[in-house]
Amino acid sequence: MDFRAAWSPENIAFMLEGFKITLYVAFVSIVLSFAFGTLIAVFRYARVPLIAPILGAVVEALRNLPLLLIIIFARFALPDVGIKLDVVSAAIVGLTVFEMAMISEIVRGGLLSVDKGQIEAARASGLTYVQTLRYIILPQALVRMIPPTVSQFISLLKDTSLAVAISLPELMHNSQIIYNANPSKYVVPILSFAAGLYFITNFALSQASLFLERRLSVRH
Amino acid sequence: MSDVLYLLEHYYPYFIRGFLTTLGISLIALVGSFIIGVIVAVLRIVPSRPVNAIGRAYVEILRNIPLLLVAFFFYHGLVAFGLNLDGFTAGTLGLTVYTAAFIAEAVRAGIQSVPKGQMEAGRASGLTYIQTMRYIILPQAIKIVIPPIGNQFLNLVKNSSILTLFAGFDLMYWSDYAASESFKTFAAYSLAAAFYLLITIPLSFFVRWLEIRLNRLPAEQVQIKTALGEV
Repeated sequence: MDFRAAWSPENIAFMLEGFKITLYVAFVSIVLSFAFGTLIAVFRYARVPLIAPILGAVVEALRNLPLLLIIIFARFALPDVGIKLDVVSAAIVGLTVFEMAMISEIVRGGLLSVDKGQIEAARASGLTYVQTLRYIILPQALVRMIPPTVSQFISLLKDTSLAVAISLPELMHNSQIIYNANPSKYVVPILSFAAGLYFITNFALSQASLFLERRLSVRH
Repeated sequence: MSDVLYLLEHYYPYFIRGFLTTLGISLIALVGSFIIGVIVAVLRIVPSRPVNAIGRAYVEILRNIPLLLVAFFFYHGLVAFGLNLDGFTAGTLGLTVYTAAFIAEAVRAGIQSVPKGQMEAGRASGLTYIQTMRYIILPQAIKIVIPPIGNQFLNLVKNSSILTLFAGFDLMYWSDYAASESFKTFAAYSLAAAFYLLITIPLSFFVRWLEIRLNRLPAEQVQIKTALGEV
């Protein structure tokens, strides 16, 4: 183990470059999966005929598949049917498809957790369905959605590392390139540095979520 | 479709072998991570702050770094200490150590969900701390702990797919093999998906059923909790 040689400025810069890709891919995927996930959840919550049960089956299947399989599928199986994606797009597509299923369940759970009586009361007070959704259901659903959403984002950030399977130049991939040069000396220092980056980011996120949760629950 | 049939005909022994290996790895890792998880949970609740801190550090560190990094540590990192593990062992160890952090949290949450008064009442009736744990607290906690552990098993089945990166001979590994040898990638990975769903779909229904039965919750409540990931 040679920490000083392993943590040379060039190596650190190379790993940080990888971490930038990790953050970029995770961020784009979470935004996309939040948009699609919310859409799916609303369709299912409103029980739109035909669409809702189909979406339900798709979500159930996606949630029960290994993410690694989905990422590899996006990169290596789709070209077989004529869809060619570059590495970054394949990673984003794979992560988004999986995460939107997870997020849609979180949003749906949040919506379902709002007491039915509240909706009836709002409608009886003369609010429209959309107004009820906007002013009564969503604010309450959001509070319950925050903790699982943040932990989903943490999972996503960690799971971006699965894209080493398709050679996405993210943090894990770059770390491996560095330590493969001299495994017995470099692996432990390089992996600890990578672990540190993941840990600091994710721990900060989870603490922020705890703080937010506490702040929001005071209002009740 | 004909591609799928072709693969089934020519590669079915590989898929079956992978399927069984994936199940086996998941079971071994489940038992291992349950043992470590319970120990860590105990570290977190015994009345001693330094010991609690050790338990907390274990959970926080492992929950916040990728599983793949943990597995790479066992696969490549132990070489620095003169230990050269094969992919199967390193991968299974990584899965075990990683999942233990989540099981520890589930066990701790279960134990702490039992009202404090129960412990006090037990102690006041003359039972020791261990006796109270054994006869009063744990029997109540176990009902709350079982469904999340079922979920962790589900995650293990899915997460064990990383073993393909270490030549771990799991389902994903043999699917990769079939895909690259036959060039029928779409069919091979679809078949892999079907095999995974064969385990995970019944398992997820079973976990939901357990949650309803054990905690006597209405199905609707369980649906919400499952959706929010609170199980």
